[in-house]
Amino acid sequence: MKNKGLSYAYWTVVIVMLAVGAVGWYWRVTVGHKLANYGELIVWGLWVAMYIYFIGLSAGAFLISALVYAFGVERFRPIARLALFTALIALLMALLHIWFDLGHMARFYEVYTRPHFYSMMAWMVWLYTSYFVLLLFEFWYETRQDFIRWGKKPGLTGWLSRLLALGSKDMSPESRKRDMKVVKVLGSIGVPLAIMFHGGVGALFGVISARPAWHSGLYPLLFLVSALVSGGGLITAIYAFIAPNRGTAKHTSLVSDLGKLVLGLVLLDIIFTFAEYSIALYGSIPGDVAPLLQVMTGPFWYVFWIGQVGLGMVVPLILLTLKSTKTNVFWVGLAGLSIVVAFVGVRLNIVIPPLSVPELNGLVEAVPSPRMTTQYVPSMMEWFLSIGIVGLGMALFALGYSLLPVKPETKEA
Amino acid sequence: MPVVVQQMENAIVRMMDDLERALKKPPSERRWGMVIDLTKCVACDACTVSCKAENKTPPGVNYTVVIKEEVGTYPNVRSTYLPRPCMHCENPPCVDVCPVSATWKNEEGIVVIDYDVCIGCRYCVTACPYGARTFDFGEFYTEGTPMIAPYETAPTFEYGEERTRTKDESPVGNVRKCNFCIQRLHEGLLPACINDCIGRARYFGDLNDPDSLVSELLRERYAFKLKDELGTDPKVFYLS
Repeated sequence: MKNKGLSYAYWTVVIVMLAVGAVGWYWRVTVGHKLANYGELIVWGLWVAMYIYFIGLSAGAFLISALVYAFGVERFRPIARLALFTALIALLMALLHIWFDLGHMARFYEVYTRPHFYSMMAWMVWLYTSYFVLLLFEFWYETRQDFIRWGKKPGLTGWLSRLLALGSKDMSPESRKRDMKVVKVLGSIGVPLAIMFHGGVGALFGVISARPAWHSGLYPLLFLVSALVSGGGLITAIYAFIAPNRGTAKHTSLVSDLGKLVLGLVLLDIIFTFAEYSIALYGSIPGDVAPLLQVMTGPFWYVFWIGQVGLGMVVPLILLTLKSTKTNVFWVGLAGLSIVVAFVGVRLNIVIPPLSVPELNGLVEAVPSPRMTTQYVPSMMEWFLSIGIVGLGMALFALGYSLLPVKPETKEA
Repeated sequence: MPVVVQQMENAIVRMMDDLERALKKPPSERRWGMVIDLTKCVACDACTVSCKAENKTPPGVNYTVVIKEEVGTYPNVRSTYLPRPCMHCENPPCVDVCPVSATWKNEEGIVVIDYDVCIGCRYCVTACPYGARTFDFGEFYTEGTPMIAPYETAPTFEYGEERTRTKDESPVGNVRKCNFCIQRLHEGLLPACINDCIGRARYFGDLNDPDSLVSELLRERYAFKLKDELGTDPKVFYLS
């Protein structure tokens, strides 16, 4: 962020978001779930959708970093560390969302002290905890020597780097070699782990036979593909718009290569989404079809047609295939951004419509409660808290980006 | 048929005898079950109300409801009524998904929740194919009036534990469900909805006891279970 004006604008937005989030947090803590709009039928709402959104971004970003660390695809080396850092921030944002969603936030530790391993949710928690620890270690080993190097800098950057070096002083090439070996091992363990935990998030929904629209063997795979698309889009957008070496031939060529990767993933996502929708619609089982019809023709049709299909498929498809745009940094970055925005809609459409179909006909009318409804729009508290969490993620990202050795160029130095 | 009709007259007495007999057995040898005669239900919602009174459930939280539907087109119409408590499935999908083992099928066959363990993630609510689980959002019926009515803040004795609902103490923030009035059963009383059914459409007892009224009804009459194809094996049966 060389441009001072842009930087000010970014921080102004972040601070406003954090302030809004503080209000949401205050409501959540003092009043509680009463202020939420999810109800007795649609028991999960915006927060669960945002949770799977960010966890998808995290898994996707991580798997892209693994291309370098585990599979040795040197082409993407300049973005690997950035991707790893992004994965860490996105995971934090995901966990915050799901934590606020709990009825008893103070009891979250029970998933560690008394896990029920027949539950996909318990598996998911244990897997992403392992993943989190792995991310921290992998990031540390990857940046250790840079922390030592940066430790000599003055001010906050130096202090933070000295702190994060954890007393390590070894700058020898041998120790760097050892670090890279550790990173390779961790990255390789991370690949099945990321596949398991994000596939696991898909399975969390897939195993629910009570909700026919979720109960599909495609779900874990669909989640993986969408994680890759959204994570790939995010990394492409970040790299295209804020890399310090913007304007160089090297940057342009890497952005357009990232664009090719994302294009492939978008195509894969289209196949998966089409398979999921077409099979369900053909089968005509009401519990399966009703949510899909609601997605496509309900009051929020635009989330699907303009968001999911338009911004998530058509726009990137055009921008990444047209000769004039596919090698242009701005347009490729925009394609990535378009996907990142679209996937909020994808996640909302996964969580909410399948829950809006009553388990038994007439159940909604039988329960005289405004919470027993097939309609759901997030409440002010839900929006505010989510905005705050996104603001926090943006703040942490920007701080890390300027204070820690995560900039794409540091790797090349 | 004649045998059953004759016993209807003192069904409550009969069921309480069944209950007494069952309570003398070790808990693991009992299998509580409910039988609901749809031909006798008039959709008066006495069960819904008595359940509310017994468990002091807040707005939105309903352990048992009566689903009313109209079938046919005018003038050839008919109403159907389907009381729906928790099915206390033999293979409860809600229990499988709980990440912290806060809910389980106890040895008597009742699907119970430990309010002090439940983290309120609501995964079980999504997993129940019958909509039998509800989340306690912490609301009160008389909220916004000069005073929260005393009946809303009176203690409940679910699971034999005395609890008063406050802002964020359990059971607020927990998932809640029908537990066959386990607190009453252990005192030798029938579930509230059984006692208060004005048409004597609901029966309760030990399915393991061949002499219990519920066992006899299931032998004599045609019974079906809701969504049996899901493999949940409900312990609530419907007569039609």
